[in-house]
Amino acid sequence: MRLPSKQKTVPAIAVAAVLAVWQAACSLGLIPAFMLPSPIAVVSALVSDFPLIWSHTVTTLLEAGLGLAIGVVLGFILAVLMDRYQTFRLAIQPLITLSQTVPTIAIAPLLVLWLGYGILPKVVLIVLTTFFPVAVSLADGFASVDRDIIDLMRTMNASNLQIFVYAKLPAAAEQFFSGLKISATYAIVSAVIAEWLGGMSGLGVYMTRVRKSFSYDKMFASILVISALSLGLMRLIGLLERVCLPWKQIERKEHGKIIAS
Amino acid sequence: MAAPALEAQSLTLSWGDFAVAEGVSVHVDEGELACIVGRSGCGKTTLFHALAGLEKPAGGRVLLRGEDITGVPGRVSYMLQKDLLLPSRSILDNAALPLIVRGVDRDAARAKAGALFATFGLEGTEGLWPSQLSGGMRQRAALLRTYLMDNDVVLLDEPFSALDAITRVELRRWFAGMVRELGLSALVITHDVDEAIDLGSRIYVFDGMPRKGIVSRIVGEVDVRSAGADAARTTLMGLLGIA
Ligand SMILES: Nc1ncnc2c1ncn2[C@@H]1O[C@H](COP(=O)(O)OP(=O)(O)O)[C@@H](O)[C@H]1O
Ligand SMILES: [Mg+2]
Repeated sequence: MRLPSKQKTVPAIAVAAVLAVWQAACSLGLIPAFMLPSPIAVVSALVSDFPLIWSHTVTTLLEAGLGLAIGVVLGFILAVLMDRYQTFRLAIQPLITLSQTVPTIAIAPLLVLWLGYGILPKVVLIVLTTFFPVAVSLADGFASVDRDIIDLMRTMNASNLQIFVYAKLPAAAEQFFSGLKISATYAIVSAVIAEWLGGMSGLGVYMTRVRKSFSYDKMFASILVISALSLGLMRLIGLLERVCLPWKQIERKEHGKIIAS
Repeated sequence: MAAPALEAQSLTLSWGDFAVAEGVSVHVDEGELACIVGRSGCGKTTLFHALAGLEKPAGGRVLLRGEDITGVPGRVSYMLQKDLLLPSRSILDNAALPLIVRGVDRDAARAKAGALFATFGLEGTEGLWPSQLSGGMRQRAALLRTYLMDNDVVLLDEPFSALDAITRVELRRWFAGMVRELGLSALVITHDVDEAIDLGSRIYVFDGMPRKGIVSRIVGEVDVRSAGADAARTTLMGLLGIA
C-alpha cells in the first residue's frame, strides 16, 4: 500500500516546489512583474475577473463539446469503414495521415476567412483535429481482435454485425478511450486557437484582449483555466471509461492479486 | 450400417501453398468419444478448422450423418484451443452467447444457460467476469458455451491442456461422463497419450512435420476397448516414435 501514496506525493511535491521557486523569484524581484506575474498574482487575477472569464469559458466549452462530439462520430464512422472495406482503408489512410501533418495554426486563419467569425470555423477546426486520434485508435482496436474469437463466432453462424458488436467493439474499447482523451485536449486547444483569430467570445478572445492591455496576470489566469479544462475533460472521460468498461477494473484488480501473491 | 455422426473423407489440408496434411480420413460414430493424438504443429487444429467448416479443404469431403457439409460452418460445435471467453461479458452471457447469436431473446437465453450452470459445475459464477475464474472454471464455461451451440457433434481442440495435472484429470473424467449423459458424439484433440487412452474409445494417430516438408497423415488407429489400455499405450508410443 506504500506505492500508491508515493505515486501521489512525489508529483504533488514537485509541482509545489516549482510554484514556490516561481513565487520566490517574483517576490525577490528577480523577474520584473510585467514580464512574469507571480502565482499569487495570477490566482488573484483569476478570482477578481472570474465572472467574465467564466462567460468566455462557457463559449469555449460549448465549441469544444460540439466539435469533439462531431469529431468522435466522424472518427467512428471512418474506423468502421476502414475495418469493413480494405480498399477504403488503403485509400483513406495516407489521406488522413497527411491531413494531420498540416499545422492547426496554419489552417485556422483560412477557416476564419472562409467561414466567418461565428462558431462554425471553430467547430470545423476542432472536428479536423479530433477525429483523427479516435479513428486511428478505433481502427487499431478493431484490428487487435483475436482472430480465433472471430472464428469461434463464425462457428455460431454469427453475422458480421454480431461479430462487430460482441467481439470487435469491446476489443477496441480501451484504445478508443485513450484516443478520446487525446482528442479532448486537442478540442480545447483548437477552440482557443480558432478564437485567437476572431470571434465575439471564448477564452481565446479573452486572451487576445488582455494581451492588448498587457494584463499578463489575466493572460496566465486564462492559461490556468485552459489547463484545468483539459484536465477536467480527461478526468471525465476516465470516469466514463470506468463506467463503460467495468471488466477492465476487475482485470486490473485480478492482475494485482496475481502480482501480489 | 448407419452413417457415422461425422466423417472426413481423405481431406487434403493446406494454408495457401503450404501443404499440411493429405489423405486424412477420420470418423466419429453416434455417441462415441474418439481422440486424435499428434505432435504439436502436425496440423490437428488445421484439421478441426476444416471439420468445423471454417476453412474449405483443398480436397476431400466432410459428411455429417451422410450430408456433405464441407466448408459450411455452424453445423458441428467446435471448442477452439483457447477458452476464448469474451472479457467484456459475464460468465452467464458468455455461456449464452450461441443462443443470443441465434436470435433467442436475452432473458430466455440467460434462463436456458443459467439452468445448466449446476450441471457444468459453474454454480455461483453467473455474474462474474472471465478474469475472475480459474483455468478449470473457464474451461467449464467454454464447454457449456460449446454445448449450447446445440449440435450433438462436438469438436474439442486440446480442451484440458492448459490446466494443471489434477484439474486436468478431474475435468476430463467429468467431461467423458457428460458426453455420455448428453448423448453427444465427440472428437477430441490431445497431445497427451495417457489422456487419449483415458478419454477415447478409439484413437487416431496423426503424424508428420509440415514445417519440414513432411506432410502429415493418419498413421494408425487404436481401438482402446479391444486392445486394453497397456497394449494401446505401447502401440501409440510406437506409432509416434517415442521410445
Ligand atoms: N492460420 C494459419 N495460417 C497459416 N499457417 C497456419 C495457420 N494455422 C496453422 N498454420 C500452420 O499449419 C501447421 C499446422 O498447425 P496446427 O494445425 O495449428 O498444428 P497443431 O494444432 O497440430 O499443433 C503449422 O506449421 C502452422 O504453422
Ligand atoms: Mg493446435
